[in-house]
Amino acid sequence: MTARRSSRSLNWRRIIMFPLSFVLLGVAWEGYKTVGPAKGGKVFGWQLLPKTGDREMPHILDMVRRLAHPEVRGGKDSIAVVVLRAMTYSLWLSILAVVLGVAIGVSLAVVMSRFRIVERALTPYLIVSQTIPIVALAPLVVGILAYVSRELGAQKWIAAVALGSFLAFFPMAMGALRGLKAAEPASVELMDSYAAGWWTTLFKLRFPASVSYLAPALRLAGASSVVGVVVSEISIGLQPGVGRLILSYSQEATTDPPKLFTAVFGAGALGLMMAGLVLAVEKMMMRNRPLESAA
Amino acid sequence: MSDTAVVVAGAGKVFNSGTASSVDALIDIDLSIFKGEFVSLIGPSGCGKSTLLRLIADLIEPSSGVVTVNGKSAAQARIDQDYGMAFQQSGLFEWRNVRKNIELPLELKGWDKAQRQARSDEMLELVKLAEFAKHMPWQLSGGMQQRVAIARALAAHPPLLLMDEPFGALDEMTREHMQSELLSICATTGTTVIFVTHSIPEAVYLSDRVVVMSPRPGRITAIVDVKLGANRSESTREVGEFYERITDVREALRAGETARRADGAVLPMGIEDR
Repeated sequence: MTARRSSRSLNWRRIIMFPLSFVLLGVAWEGYKTVGPAKGGKVFGWQLLPKTGDREMPHILDMVRRLAHPEVRGGKDSIAVVVLRAMTYSLWLSILAVVLGVAIGVSLAVVMSRFRIVERALTPYLIVSQTIPIVALAPLVVGILAYVSRELGAQKWIAAVALGSFLAFFPMAMGALRGLKAAEPASVELMDSYAAGWWTTLFKLRFPASVSYLAPALRLAGASSVVGVVVSEISIGLQPGVGRLILSYSQEATTDPPKLFTAVFGAGALGLMMAGLVLAVEKMMMRNRPLESAA
Repeated sequence: MSDTAVVVAGAGKVFNSGTASSVDALIDIDLSIFKGEFVSLIGPSGCGKSTLLRLIADLIEPSSGVVTVNGKSAAQARIDQDYGMAFQQSGLFEWRNVRKNIELPLELKGWDKAQRQARSDEMLELVKLAEFAKHMPWQLSGGMQQRVAIARALAAHPPLLLMDEPFGALDEMTREHMQSELLSICATTGTTVIFVTHSIPEAVYLSDRVVVMSPRPGRITAIVDVKLGANRSESTREVGEFYERITDVREALRAGETARRADGAVLPMGIEDR
Protein backbone atom coordinates (compact mmCIF):
# COMPACT_ATOMS: atom_id res chain seq x y z
CA MET A 1 0.00 0.00 0.00
CA THR A 2 2.68 2.44 1.02
CA ALA A 3 4.72 1.74 -2.08
CA ARG A 4 1.70 2.40 -4.22
CA ARG A 5 0.85 5.65 -2.53
CA SER A 6 4.40 6.94 -2.78
CA SER A 7 4.56 6.11 -6.46
CA ARG A 8 1.33 7.98 -7.05
CA SER A 9 2.55 11.07 -5.22
CA LEU A 10 5.74 10.82 -7.26
CA ASN A 11 3.70 10.94 -10.46
CA TRP A 12 1.82 13.92 -9.17
CA ARG A 13 5.07 15.68 -8.36
CA ARG A 14 6.33 14.91 -11.83
CA ILE A 15 3.28 16.46 -13.44
CA ILE A 16 3.53 19.65 -11.40
CA MET A 17 7.30 20.00 -11.81
CA PHE A 18 7.25 20.96 -15.48
CA PRO A 19 4.84 23.94 -15.29
CA LEU A 20 6.43 24.92 -12.00
CA SER A 21 9.90 25.05 -13.56
CA PHE A 22 8.37 27.15 -16.33
CA VAL A 23 7.00 29.63 -13.83
CA LEU A 24 10.33 29.73 -11.96
CA LEU A 25 12.20 30.38 -15.20
CA GLY A 26 9.78 33.23 -15.97
CA VAL A 27 10.24 34.70 -12.51
CA ALA A 28 14.02 34.50 -12.85
CA TRP A 29 13.86 36.17 -16.29
CA GLU A 30 11.66 39.03 -15.14
CA GLY A 31 13.52 39.31 -11.83
CA TYR A 32 16.90 39.75 -13.49
CA LYS A 33 15.35 42.14 -16.00
CA THR A 34 14.17 44.33 -13.11
CA VAL A 35 17.36 44.13 -11.05
CA GLY A 36 20.12 43.75 -13.65
CA PRO A 37 21.96 46.63 -15.40
CA ALA A 38 20.26 47.85 -18.57
CA LYS A 39 23.54 48.17 -20.47
CA GLY A 40 24.97 44.91 -19.14
CA GLY A 41 27.73 44.75 -16.59
CA LYS A 42 31.28 43.67 -15.97
CA VAL A 43 32.46 41.02 -13.56
CA PHE A 44 36.19 41.32 -12.81
CA GLY A 45 36.57 43.34 -15.99
CA TRP A 46 34.79 40.81 -18.20
CA GLN A 47 31.58 41.74 -19.99
CA LEU A 48 29.54 38.89 -18.47
CA LEU A 49 26.21 40.26 -17.29
CA PRO A 50 23.65 40.29 -20.13
CA LYS A 51 21.89 43.49 -21.08
CA THR A 52 18.36 43.77 -19.74
CA GLY A 53 16.85 46.25 -22.19
CA ASP A 54 13.59 45.41 -23.93
CA ARG A 55 15.53 44.72 -27.11
CA GLU A 56 17.72 42.02 -25.54
CA MET A 57 15.31 40.68 -22.95
CA PRO A 58 11.72 41.40 -23.90
CA HIS A 59 9.02 40.99 -21.26
CA ILE A 60 7.50 37.53 -21.23
CA LEU A 61 4.07 39.07 -21.51
CA ASP A 62 5.19 40.84 -24.72
CA MET A 63 6.34 37.55 -26.18
CA VAL A 64 3.03 35.89 -25.35
CA ARG A 65 1.13 38.89 -26.71
CA ARG A 66 3.23 38.77 -29.86
CA LEU A 67 1.96 35.24 -30.46
CA ALA A 68 -1.57 36.54 -30.87
CA HIS A 69 -0.66 39.15 -33.49
CA PRO A 70 -0.06 38.51 -37.18
CA GLU A 71 3.44 37.99 -38.54
CA VAL A 72 3.43 41.33 -40.40
CA ARG A 73 1.07 44.21 -39.99
CA GLY A 74 -2.17 43.40 -41.79
CA GLY A 75 -1.26 39.70 -42.09
CA LYS A 76 -4.01 37.11 -42.01
CA ASP A 77 -2.85 34.54 -39.43
CA SER A 78 -1.50 35.16 -35.94
CA ILE A 79 2.13 34.28 -35.28
CA ALA A 80 0.99 31.40 -33.06
CA VAL A 81 -0.61 29.79 -36.09
CA VAL A 82 2.42 30.48 -38.27
CA VAL A 83 4.81 29.01 -35.70
CA LEU A 84 2.54 26.02 -35.14
CA ARG A 85 2.40 25.38 -38.87
CA ALA A 86 6.17 25.61 -39.10
CA MET A 87 6.52 23.21 -36.15
CA THR A 88 4.26 20.66 -37.79
CA TYR A 89 6.27 20.85 -40.96
CA SER A 90 9.60 20.51 -39.13
CA LEU A 91 8.22 17.71 -36.95
CA TRP A 92 7.27 15.69 -40.02
CA LEU A 93 10.70 16.19 -41.51
CA SER A 94 12.28 15.19 -38.18
CA ILE A 95 10.15 12.04 -37.97
CA LEU A 96 11.13 11.10 -41.51
CA ALA A 97 14.75 11.81 -40.59
CA VAL A 98 14.68 9.70 -37.44
CA VAL A 99 12.94 6.79 -39.20
CA LEU A 100 15.51 6.89 -41.97
CA GLY A 101 18.35 7.29 -39.45
CA VAL A 102 17.16 4.34 -37.39
CA ALA A 103 16.82 2.16 -40.48
CA ILE A 104 20.32 3.05 -41.68
CA GLY A 105 21.88 2.86 -38.21
CA VAL A 106 20.40 -0.52 -37.33
CA SER A 107 21.24 -1.98 -40.75
CA LEU A 108 24.83 -0.81 -40.37
CA ALA A 109 24.98 -2.33 -36.89
CA VAL A 110 23.66 -5.66 -38.19
CA VAL A 111 26.30 -5.78 -40.93
CA MET A 112 29.03 -4.69 -38.49
CA SER A 113 28.04 -7.28 -35.90
CA ARG A 114 28.00 -9.97 -38.60
CA PHE A 115 31.36 -9.11 -40.11
CA ARG A 116 34.10 -7.96 -37.75
CA ILE A 117 36.10 -6.65 -40.69
CA VAL A 118 33.27 -4.30 -41.73
CA GLU A 119 33.14 -2.93 -38.20
CA ARG A 120 36.85 -2.19 -38.24
CA ALA A 121 36.72 -0.65 -41.70
CA LEU A 122 33.67 1.50 -41.01
CA THR A 123 34.27 2.79 -37.47
CA PRO A 124 36.73 5.60 -38.42
CA TYR A 125 34.33 6.87 -41.10
CA LEU A 126 31.45 6.86 -38.66
CA ILE A 127 33.44 8.93 -36.18
CA VAL A 128 34.58 11.36 -38.88
CA SER A 129 30.98 11.70 -40.04
CA GLN A 130 30.03 13.03 -36.62
CA THR A 131 32.87 15.53 -36.31
CA ILE A 132 32.08 17.38 -39.56
CA PRO A 133 29.87 20.36 -38.66
CA ILE A 134 26.47 19.98 -40.26
CA VAL A 135 26.54 23.63 -41.31
CA ALA A 136 29.45 22.77 -43.58
CA LEU A 137 27.65 19.77 -45.03
CA ALA A 138 24.28 21.39 -45.67
CA PRO A 139 25.31 23.50 -48.71
CA LEU A 140 27.12 20.47 -50.11
CA VAL A 141 24.02 18.31 -49.86
CA VAL A 142 21.90 21.09 -51.30
CA GLY A 143 24.36 21.41 -54.16
CA ILE A 144 24.17 17.70 -54.91
CA LEU A 145 20.42 17.84 -54.55
CA ALA A 146 20.16 20.78 -56.92
CA TYR A 147 21.85 18.60 -59.51
CA VAL A 148 19.62 15.63 -58.68
CA SER A 149 16.52 17.81 -58.76
CA ARG A 150 17.33 18.92 -62.28
CA GLU A 151 17.60 15.28 -63.28
CA LEU A 152 14.87 13.70 -61.17
CA GLY A 153 12.78 16.56 -59.82
CA ALA A 154 13.80 16.04 -56.18
CA GLN A 155 12.56 18.50 -53.57
CA LYS A 156 14.58 20.76 -51.29
CA TRP A 157 13.16 19.25 -48.10
CA ILE A 158 14.89 15.98 -48.93
CA ALA A 159 18.16 17.72 -48.04
CA ALA A 160 16.87 18.56 -44.54
CA VAL A 161 15.70 14.97 -44.02
CA ALA A 162 19.01 13.64 -45.31
CA LEU A 163 20.97 15.84 -42.90
CA GLY A 164 18.67 15.02 -39.98
CA SER A 165 19.12 11.31 -40.57
CA PHE A 166 22.83 11.89 -41.04
CA LEU A 167 22.97 13.01 -37.40
CA ALA A 168 20.46 10.42 -36.18
CA PHE A 169 21.99 7.26 -37.65
CA PHE A 170 25.19 7.46 -35.60
CA PRO A 171 23.86 7.00 -32.04
CA MET A 172 21.52 4.34 -33.44
CA ALA A 173 24.34 2.42 -35.12
CA MET A 174 26.52 2.55 -32.00
CA GLY A 175 23.68 1.59 -29.63
CA ALA A 176 22.44 -1.20 -31.86
CA LEU A 177 25.95 -2.56 -32.34
CA ARG A 178 26.47 -2.80 -28.58
CA GLY A 179 23.00 -4.24 -28.16
CA LEU A 180 23.44 -6.90 -30.82
CA LYS A 181 26.59 -8.07 -29.04
CA ALA A 182 24.87 -8.04 -25.64
CA ALA A 183 23.01 -11.35 -25.95
CA GLU A 184 24.04 -13.78 -23.20
CA PRO A 185 26.59 -16.36 -24.40
CA ALA A 186 24.37 -19.07 -22.89
CA SER A 187 21.44 -17.82 -24.97
CA VAL A 188 23.56 -17.86 -28.11
CA GLU A 189 24.63 -21.42 -27.25
CA LEU A 190 20.99 -22.34 -26.74
CA MET A 191 20.11 -21.06 -30.22
CA ASP A 192 23.09 -23.03 -31.58
CA SER A 193 21.79 -26.14 -29.85
CA TYR A 194 18.55 -25.69 -31.81
CA ALA A 195 20.66 -25.45 -34.98
CA ALA A 196 19.06 -22.02 -35.51
CA GLY A 197 20.51 -20.05 -38.42
CA TRP A 198 22.06 -16.60 -38.21
CA TRP A 199 18.89 -14.74 -39.28
CA THR A 200 16.71 -16.74 -36.90
CA THR A 201 19.09 -15.98 -34.04
CA LEU A 202 19.07 -12.30 -35.07
CA PHE A 203 15.30 -11.99 -34.90
CA LYS A 204 14.50 -14.38 -32.04
CA LEU A 205 17.42 -13.46 -29.79
CA ARG A 206 19.72 -10.62 -30.77
CA PHE A 207 17.14 -7.95 -31.61
CA PRO A 208 14.96 -8.55 -28.53
CA ALA A 209 18.08 -8.74 -26.34
CA SER A 210 19.30 -5.37 -27.67
CA VAL A 211 16.17 -3.40 -26.76
CA SER A 212 17.60 -1.93 -23.57
CA TYR A 213 20.45 -0.51 -25.68
CA LEU A 214 18.18 0.64 -28.50
CA ALA A 215 15.93 2.72 -26.25
CA PRO A 216 18.56 5.27 -25.09
CA ALA A 217 20.06 5.31 -28.60
CA LEU A 218 16.64 6.20 -29.96
CA ARG A 219 16.42 9.12 -27.53
CA LEU A 220 19.71 10.51 -28.83
CA ALA A 221 18.66 9.87 -32.42
CA GLY A 222 15.38 11.75 -31.86
CA ALA A 223 17.15 14.80 -30.47
CA SER A 224 19.81 14.71 -33.18
CA SER A 225 17.28 14.49 -35.97
CA VAL A 226 15.52 17.66 -34.74
CA VAL A 227 18.82 19.54 -34.53
CA GLY A 228 19.80 18.29 -37.97
CA VAL A 229 16.52 19.30 -39.57
CA VAL A 230 16.30 22.75 -37.93
CA VAL A 231 19.94 23.62 -38.62
CA SER A 232 19.66 22.59 -42.25
CA GLU A 233 16.41 24.56 -42.58
CA ILE A 234 18.37 27.59 -41.44
CA SER A 235 21.33 26.88 -43.64
CA ILE A 236 19.38 26.14 -46.84
CA GLY A 237 16.53 28.53 -46.06
CA LEU A 238 13.81 25.92 -46.34
CA GLN A 239 10.61 27.91 -46.46
CA PRO A 240 7.92 26.63 -44.07
CA GLY A 241 10.16 25.21 -41.28
CA VAL A 242 10.96 26.45 -37.78
CA GLY A 243 14.61 26.95 -38.80
CA ARG A 244 13.55 29.34 -41.53
CA LEU A 245 11.37 31.28 -39.05
CA ILE A 246 14.30 31.67 -36.64
CA LEU A 247 16.45 32.95 -39.51
CA SER A 248 13.99 35.52 -40.82
CA TYR A 249 12.75 36.66 -37.38
CA SER A 250 16.31 37.18 -36.14
CA GLN A 251 16.71 39.76 -38.92
CA GLU A 252 13.92 41.71 -37.23
CA ALA A 253 15.41 41.25 -33.74
CA THR A 254 16.09 44.96 -33.35
CA THR A 255 12.70 46.24 -34.50
CA ASP A 256 10.51 43.45 -33.13
CA PRO A 257 12.47 41.59 -30.40
CA PRO A 258 9.64 39.36 -29.03
CA LYS A 259 9.06 37.97 -32.51
CA LEU A 260 12.33 36.01 -32.52
CA PHE A 261 11.45 34.46 -29.18
CA THR A 262 8.18 33.08 -30.57
CA ALA A 263 10.18 31.08 -33.11
CA VAL A 264 12.62 29.94 -30.41
CA PHE A 265 9.64 28.72 -28.36
CA GLY A 266 8.55 26.83 -31.43
CA ALA A 267 11.94 25.12 -31.73
CA GLY A 268 11.85 24.20 -28.04
CA ALA A 269 8.33 22.80 -28.28
CA LEU A 270 9.39 20.86 -31.38
CA GLY A 271 12.14 19.18 -29.36
CA LEU A 272 9.67 18.33 -26.59
CA MET A 273 7.22 16.85 -29.07
CA MET A 274 9.91 14.63 -30.56
CA ALA A 275 10.99 13.58 -27.07
CA GLY A 276 7.38 12.66 -26.28
CA LEU A 277 7.09 10.59 -29.44
CA VAL A 278 10.33 8.77 -28.67
CA LEU A 279 9.19 8.13 -25.11
CA ALA A 280 5.96 6.57 -26.39
CA VAL A 281 7.89 4.28 -28.73
CA GLU A 282 10.27 3.42 -25.89
CA LYS A 283 7.36 2.53 -23.58
CA MET A 284 6.07 0.22 -26.27
CA MET A 285 9.45 -1.44 -26.71
CA MET A 286 9.99 -1.89 -22.98
CA ARG A 287 6.58 -3.30 -22.07
CA ASN A 288 6.78 -6.58 -20.17
CA ARG A 289 10.40 -5.94 -19.29
CA PRO A 290 11.77 -5.94 -15.75
CA LEU A 291 11.75 -2.44 -14.29
CA GLU A 292 15.51 -2.20 -13.70
CA SER A 293 16.31 -2.02 -17.39
CA ALA A 294 13.38 0.29 -18.11
CA ALA A 295 14.74 2.92 -15.74
CA MET B 1 23.85 -50.80 -30.77
CA SER B 2 20.24 -49.68 -30.76
CA ASP B 3 20.15 -49.46 -26.97
CA THR B 4 22.88 -46.83 -26.81
CA ALA B 5 21.87 -43.17 -26.82
CA VAL B 6 25.36 -41.69 -26.98
CA VAL B 7 28.69 -43.21 -27.99
CA VAL B 8 31.89 -41.23 -27.59
CA ALA B 9 34.82 -43.08 -29.18
CA GLY B 10 38.43 -41.99 -28.74
CA ALA B 11 37.40 -38.36 -28.57
CA GLY B 12 39.84 -35.58 -27.71
CA LYS B 13 39.73 -31.81 -27.75
CA VAL B 14 42.69 -29.46 -28.02
CA PHE B 15 42.02 -25.75 -27.61
CA ASN B 16 44.31 -23.26 -29.40
CA SER B 17 45.92 -26.18 -31.20
CA GLY B 18 49.39 -25.50 -32.59
CA THR B 19 49.96 -22.34 -30.56
CA ALA B 20 51.94 -21.71 -27.39
CA SER B 21 48.71 -21.64 -25.36
CA SER B 22 47.59 -25.05 -26.65
CA VAL B 23 45.56 -26.90 -24.01
CA ASP B 24 44.55 -30.57 -23.99
CA ALA B 25 41.02 -30.15 -22.68
CA LEU B 26 40.11 -33.79 -23.24
CA ILE B 27 42.05 -36.89 -24.27
CA ASP B 28 41.02 -40.47 -25.08
CA ILE B 29 37.39 -40.22 -24.04
CA ASP B 30 35.48 -43.48 -24.52
CA LEU B 31 31.97 -43.51 -23.13
CA SER B 32 28.72 -45.27 -24.00
CA ILE B 33 25.45 -44.12 -22.52
CA PHE B 34 22.40 -46.33 -22.75
CA LYS B 35 18.88 -45.24 -23.56
CA GLY B 36 16.96 -44.11 -20.50
CA GLU B 37 20.13 -43.92 -18.43
CA PHE B 38 20.98 -41.03 -16.10
CA VAL B 39 24.71 -40.34 -16.20
CA SER B 40 26.53 -37.61 -14.28
CA LEU B 41 29.89 -36.15 -15.24
CA ILE B 42 31.79 -35.03 -12.15
CA GLY B 43 35.26 -33.67 -11.60
CA PRO B 44 37.20 -30.62 -10.47
CA SER B 45 37.21 -27.36 -12.41
CA GLY B 46 39.06 -27.69 -15.69
CA CYS B 47 38.54 -31.46 -16.04
CA GLY B 48 36.63 -30.91 -19.28
CA LYS B 49 33.21 -32.12 -18.14
CA SER B 50 31.45 -29.17 -19.74
CA THR B 51 33.64 -29.55 -22.82
CA LEU B 52 32.59 -33.20 -23.10
CA LEU B 53 28.94 -32.17 -22.82
CA ARG B 54 29.44 -29.62 -25.60
CA LEU B 55 31.13 -32.23 -27.82
CA ILE B 56 28.04 -34.40 -27.43
CA ALA B 57 25.85 -31.37 -28.16
CA ASP B 58 27.98 -30.56 -31.24
CA LEU B 59 28.45 -27.02 -29.93
CA ILE B 60 32.17 -27.62 -30.37
CA GLU B 61 33.88 -30.13 -32.67
CA PRO B 62 36.21 -32.84 -31.37
CA SER B 63 39.85 -32.56 -32.42
CA SER B 64 39.93 -36.34 -32.72
CA GLY B 65 37.56 -39.28 -32.37
CA VAL B 66 33.87 -39.67 -33.12
CA VAL B 67 30.69 -38.73 -31.23
CA THR B 68 27.51 -40.59 -32.13
CA VAL B 69 24.12 -39.47 -30.81
CA ASN B 70 21.00 -41.53 -31.46
CA GLY B 71 22.86 -43.61 -34.03
CA LYS B 72 23.88 -40.58 -36.13
CA SER B 73 26.63 -38.00 -36.10
CA ALA B 74 26.45 -35.38 -33.35
CA ALA B 75 26.07 -32.69 -36.03
CA GLN B 76 23.05 -34.42 -37.56
CA ALA B 77 21.56 -34.99 -34.10
CA ARG B 78 21.82 -31.26 -33.39
CA ILE B 79 20.14 -30.37 -36.68
CA ASP B 80 17.37 -32.90 -35.91
CA GLN B 81 17.05 -31.45 -32.36
CA ASP B 82 17.55 -34.89 -30.85
CA TYR B 83 18.54 -33.33 -27.55
CA GLY B 84 17.40 -30.56 -25.26
CA MET B 85 19.81 -28.51 -23.22
CA ALA B 86 19.70 -26.71 -19.85
CA PHE B 87 22.41 -24.52 -18.37
CA GLN B 88 23.38 -23.16 -14.94
CA GLN B 89 21.76 -19.83 -15.81
CA SER B 90 18.23 -20.70 -16.81
CA GLY B 91 18.85 -18.62 -19.95
CA LEU B 92 15.17 -17.77 -20.30
CA PHE B 93 14.40 -14.95 -22.70
CA GLU B 94 13.23 -12.12 -20.47
CA TRP B 95 10.98 -10.68 -23.17
CA ARG B 96 8.95 -13.88 -23.45
CA ASN B 97 6.49 -15.13 -20.88
CA VAL B 98 6.81 -18.63 -19.44
CA ARG B 99 4.68 -20.25 -22.12
CA LYS B 100 6.48 -18.47 -24.96
CA ASN B 101 9.83 -19.52 -23.52
CA ILE B 102 8.77 -23.15 -23.46
CA GLU B 103 7.46 -22.87 -27.01
CA LEU B 104 10.73 -21.45 -28.41
CA PRO B 105 12.16 -24.77 -29.69
CA LEU B 106 8.76 -25.66 -31.18
CA GLU B 107 8.60 -22.30 -32.95
CA LEU B 108 12.02 -22.94 -34.44
CA LYS B 109 10.80 -26.33 -35.64
CA GLY B 110 7.94 -24.57 -37.41
CA TRP B 111 5.06 -26.00 -35.38
CA ASP B 112 1.76 -24.17 -35.74
CA LYS B 113 0.13 -22.32 -32.89
CA ALA B 114 -2.35 -25.00 -31.85
CA GLN B 115 0.34 -27.68 -31.69
CA ARG B 116 2.60 -25.41 -29.68
CA GLN B 117 -0.17 -24.54 -27.29
CA ALA B 118 -1.04 -28.19 -26.69
CA ARG B 119 2.57 -29.12 -26.05
CA SER B 120 3.33 -26.17 -23.78
CA ASP B 121 0.20 -27.04 -21.77
CA GLU B 122 1.59 -30.54 -21.34
CA MET B 123 5.01 -29.21 -20.34
CA LEU B 124 3.59 -26.67 -17.87
CA GLU B 125 1.70 -29.54 -16.26
CA LEU B 126 4.86 -31.65 -16.15
CA VAL B 127 6.90 -29.01 -14.30
CA LYS B 128 3.88 -27.96 -12.21
CA LEU B 129 3.79 -24.36 -13.41
CA ALA B 130 0.41 -24.34 -15.16
CA GLU B 131 -0.82 -21.26 -13.31
CA PHE B 132 2.35 -19.32 -14.20
CA ALA B 133 2.03 -19.62 -17.99
CA LYS B 134 1.61 -15.87 -18.46
CA HIS B 135 4.23 -14.77 -15.93
CA MET B 136 7.43 -13.18 -17.10
CA PRO B 137 10.69 -14.94 -16.14
CA TRP B 138 11.80 -12.16 -13.76
CA GLN B 139 8.63 -12.66 -11.75
CA LEU B 140 9.67 -16.23 -10.87
CA SER B 141 12.04 -17.61 -8.24
CA GLY B 142 15.33 -19.21 -9.31
CA GLY B 143 13.95 -22.73 -8.87
CA MET B 144 10.85 -21.94 -10.94
CA GLN B 145 12.98 -20.40 -13.68
CA GLN B 146 15.06 -23.56 -13.79
CA ARG B 147 11.87 -25.63 -14.07
CA VAL B 148 10.81 -23.51 -17.06
CA ALA B 149 14.25 -24.10 -18.58
CA ILE B 150 13.81 -27.86 -18.14
CA ALA B 151 10.33 -27.67 -19.67
CA ARG B 152 11.82 -25.78 -22.61
CA ALA B 153 14.57 -28.37 -22.99
CA LEU B 154 12.02 -31.19 -23.05
CA ALA B 155 9.34 -29.40 -25.09
CA ALA B 156 10.17 -31.08 -28.38
CA HIS B 157 10.26 -34.48 -26.60
CA PRO B 158 13.92 -35.04 -27.34
CA PRO B 159 15.20 -38.52 -26.39
CA LEU B 160 18.26 -36.93 -24.75
CA LEU B 161 18.62 -34.16 -22.17
CA LEU B 162 21.98 -32.45 -21.66
CA MET B 163 22.35 -30.45 -18.44
CA ASP B 164 25.30 -28.26 -17.43
CA GLU B 165 25.17 -27.66 -13.66
CA PRO B 166 21.50 -26.71 -13.93
CA PHE B 167 21.01 -26.46 -10.17
CA GLY B 168 24.39 -24.88 -9.42
CA ALA B 169 22.93 -21.45 -8.69
CA LEU B 170 20.13 -22.66 -6.41
CA ASP B 171 20.09 -22.84 -2.63
CA GLU B 172 20.47 -26.25 -1.02
CA MET B 173 16.78 -26.78 -0.15
CA THR B 174 15.54 -25.81 -3.62
CA ARG B 175 18.31 -27.85 -5.13
CA GLU B 176 17.31 -31.09 -3.40
CA HIS B 177 13.70 -30.45 -4.29
CA MET B 178 14.61 -29.88 -7.94
CA GLN B 179 16.65 -33.10 -7.99
CA SER B 180 13.59 -35.10 -6.95
CA GLU B 181 11.46 -33.23 -9.50
CA LEU B 182 13.95 -34.01 -12.24
CA LEU B 183 13.97 -37.71 -11.35
CA SER B 184 10.19 -37.91 -11.49
CA ILE B 185 10.12 -36.01 -14.80
CA CYS B 186 12.66 -38.42 -16.27
CA ALA B 187 10.71 -41.39 -14.94
CA THR B 188 7.62 -40.04 -16.72
CA THR B 189 9.33 -39.27 -20.02
CA GLY B 190 12.00 -41.98 -20.16
CA THR B 191 14.54 -39.37 -21.26
CA THR B 192 18.25 -40.16 -21.27
CA VAL B 193 20.13 -37.55 -19.22
CA ILE B 194 23.75 -36.44 -19.17
CA PHE B 195 24.23 -34.19 -16.16
CA VAL B 196 27.33 -32.12 -15.41
CA THR B 197 27.81 -31.28 -11.74
CA HIS B 198 30.49 -30.64 -9.16
CA SER B 199 28.41 -31.89 -6.23
CA ILE B 200 29.06 -35.49 -5.18
CA PRO B 201 25.71 -36.06 -3.37
CA GLU B 202 23.83 -34.59 -6.32
CA ALA B 203 25.59 -36.90 -8.76
CA VAL B 204 25.01 -39.96 -6.56
CA TYR B 205 21.37 -39.19 -5.83
CA LEU B 206 20.43 -38.61 -9.47
CA SER B 207 22.54 -41.05 -11.43
CA ASP B 208 22.63 -44.61 -12.59
CA ARG B 209 26.33 -44.12 -13.26
CA VAL B 210 28.75 -41.39 -12.20
CA VAL B 211 31.58 -40.64 -14.61
CA VAL B 212 34.56 -39.32 -12.64
CA MET B 213 36.93 -37.04 -14.53
CA SER B 214 40.28 -35.46 -13.76
CA PRO B 215 42.04 -32.42 -15.21
CA ARG B 216 45.18 -31.57 -17.18
CA PRO B 217 44.61 -33.32 -19.45
CA GLY B 218 40.88 -33.90 -19.01
CA ARG B 219 40.09 -37.60 -18.99
CA ILE B 220 37.80 -40.20 -17.47
CA THR B 221 39.45 -41.84 -14.45
CA ALA B 222 36.60 -43.99 -13.13
CA ILE B 223 32.95 -44.84 -13.63
CA VAL B 224 30.98 -45.57 -10.45
CA ASP B 225 27.84 -47.70 -10.68
CA VAL B 226 25.33 -46.27 -8.23
CA LYS B 227 22.47 -48.82 -8.28
CA LEU B 228 20.26 -47.02 -5.80
CA GLY B 229 17.23 -48.26 -7.70
CA ALA B 230 14.51 -46.50 -9.59
CA ASN B 231 12.37 -45.61 -6.60
CA ARG B 232 14.59 -43.03 -5.00
CA SER B 233 12.95 -40.52 -2.69
CA GLU B 234 14.02 -37.95 -0.13
CA SER B 235 14.61 -40.78 2.38
CA THR B 236 17.17 -42.32 0.03
CA ARG B 237 19.46 -39.47 1.06
CA GLU B 238 19.63 -41.00 4.54
CA VAL B 239 20.36 -44.66 3.78
CA GLY B 240 23.81 -46.17 4.27
CA GLU B 241 24.10 -47.19 0.63
CA PHE B 242 23.80 -43.56 -0.41
CA TYR B 243 26.79 -42.67 1.77
CA GLU B 244 28.76 -45.66 0.52
CA ARG B 245 28.34 -44.51 -3.08
CA ILE B 246 29.33 -40.98 -2.06
CA THR B 247 32.49 -42.43 -0.54
CA ASP B 248 33.14 -44.43 -3.71
CA VAL B 249 32.88 -41.31 -5.88
CA ARG B 250 35.00 -39.28 -3.49
CA GLU B 251 37.72 -41.93 -3.50
CA ALA B 252 37.60 -42.15 -7.27
CA LEU B 253 38.05 -38.37 -7.43
CA ARG B 254 41.01 -38.56 -5.05
CA ALA B 255 42.55 -41.43 -6.98
CA GLY B 256 42.27 -39.36 -10.14
CA GLU B 257 44.02 -36.54 -8.37
CA THR B 258 46.76 -38.69 -6.75
CA ALA B 259 47.60 -40.22 -10.08
CA ARG B 260 48.69 -36.76 -11.06
CA ARG B 261 50.08 -35.42 -7.80
CA ALA B 262 52.27 -37.11 -5.22
CA ASP B 263 50.78 -35.41 -2.18
CA GLY B 264 47.15 -35.86 -3.31
CA ALA B 265 45.54 -36.32 0.08
CA VAL B 266 43.14 -33.43 -0.25
CA LEU B 267 39.94 -33.28 -2.23
CA PRO B 268 40.43 -31.67 -5.62
CA MET B 269 39.49 -28.04 -5.97
CA GLY B 270 35.98 -27.17 -7.05
CA ILE B 271 34.32 -30.27 -5.58
CA GLU B 272 31.55 -29.90 -3.07
CA ASP B 273 31.63 -32.51 -0.37
CA ARG B 274 28.22 -31.69 1.04
